[in-house]
Amino acid sequence: MARIIVVTSGKGGVGKTTTSAAIAMGLAKKGHKTAVIDFDVGLRNLDLIMGCERRVVYDFINVINGEASLNQALIRDKHCDQLYILPASQTRDKDALTQEGVGKVLEELSKDFQYVVCDSPAGIERGAHLAMYYADDAFVVTNPEVSSVRDSDRMLGLLSSKSRRAERNEEPIKEYLLLSRYSPERVKIGDMLSVDDVQDILSLHLLGVIPESKSVLTASNSGVPVILDEKSDAGQAYADIVARYLGEDRPHRFIDEKKGLFGKLFGGK
Amino acid sequence: MQRMSTDANNTLHNGSALEFKSSTFSVPVLVLSSNDWIIIEHQLQKKIQLAPDFFKNSPIVFDVQWLNKNKLDIDIAGLLDTIRKAGLLPIGIRGGNEGQNKQAIDLNIPVYSVHNSLSNEHKNIDRTPAKAQAVAPESAAKAQATIITHPVRSGQRVYSSGDLIVLAQVSAGAEIMAEGNIHVYSTLRGRALAGVQGNVEARIFCSDLEAELISIAGTYKISEDMRSIARNKPVQIYLQEHALIIKDIA
Repeated sequence: MARIIVVTSGKGGVGKTTTSAAIAMGLAKKGHKTAVIDFDVGLRNLDLIMGCERRVVYDFINVINGEASLNQALIRDKHCDQLYILPASQTRDKDALTQEGVGKVLEELSKDFQYVVCDSPAGIERGAHLAMYYADDAFVVTNPEVSSVRDSDRMLGLLSSKSRRAERNEEPIKEYLLLSRYSPERVKIGDMLSVDDVQDILSLHLLGVIPESKSVLTASNSGVPVILDEKSDAGQAYADIVARYLGEDRPHRFIDEKKGLFGKLFGGK
Repeated sequence: MQRMSTDANNTLHNGSALEFKSSTFSVPVLVLSSNDWIIIEHQLQKKIQLAPDFFKNSPIVFDVQWLNKNKLDIDIAGLLDTIRKAGLLPIGIRGGNEGQNKQAIDLNIPVYSVHNSLSNEHKNIDRTPAKAQAVAPESAAKAQATIITHPVRSGQRVYSSGDLIVLAQVSAGAEIMAEGNIHVYSTLRGRALAGVQGNVEARIFCSDLEAELISIAGTYKISEDMRSIARNKPVQIYLQEHALIIKDIA
């Protein structure tokens, strides 16, 4: 049985798709057969970030409607043969997603994948609801900024009340916090909420902090998940997150300000 | 005969497709002590304005026991209209006479018996010998506290017909309501309304007050009025001469 992970946030533009792509790639590179699904029907993005937009023939909605088989629609990633992408439809809207249809696709994927990553659209409407409905784990992506934190909190409420696990009174969805676009320099001058502030408001297990990084934009534009850029701080942060999720114990990085050469030479805090 | 669906996903539910379960809900009861439309409508509006969010689309059972006892008749269809106009969703009648009950059923409104009513004072007047038995279970039911162990997140609402005890934080944008006292053993950032059925003795206790709104029996304060309250300190809130008092718990 696959473990179903939803990457969600409530708010848009916080880095859900970047995170979905990076996490899915990270899991696949560790040897786990992984599928990543774009739930943002109508605003297809994941295929761009994954660099497979030229190979899209069939999409998620085609599979739900029975117009294509799952194998026809799944695109194998060109960097890692354990990773498959199920793109969203560009020409439809979220009403084309049905609870039964999504359930059927996830059930079928669960048969031969170890992880299924669901990239949720922003908002709390149908698309976002169906992306999290069947989840086992939730990665809540939050920016260190009040409205993002508030929306994440709302999403956490929905995760604990509107999911299949909640409806069936099963063990609740495991929730993890991913703090993205973090800039220790701006936290220091009081421009940004700190890790502690966010955790104080959300009281949630922190899986990792992803620093604000130019490499994210570069990676998105070139269609290569940022986790493959092993030299970049964001890439390393995602690698840490995947390792922690899989049970490895890694210390948190990127929370404190980078010390320049001067700071390194003279130490001190 | 029902047509069989040939859809393959029928196999998802091999067992039965439904089951009946028993659940208990706590629903506000509107106890009427007048059959004057204008008075009812006016006072209902006034009450609702105290907590519009709480009352919006709230299910409600209306109790006409007192009216019947005092031989005041009321038209059920008209009453339903008034309640609905106020934004409430009537889901039952209690204490109606035969004619009223029939009228309610015809309008798809379920009839509840006065059996487990809140208004045991009425019952006690009627049947004094039953007093001892009647009061004990009633007060036990009233004392029934709801305990919440997980965070109450933004957008969630919790209602308790007795006390409400929350062992985790209450987020901004969440709403907790109790007919009795409210205890929050963590940070209270959302709205907390105690004594929502008018119990002026109700209190709110919390270990860190950062609430958006606190209210006891309809008297409220918003966060703007609570700026001077020190953070990270356990406080209690109670009503004294129609004013909310916020006091440190030493």
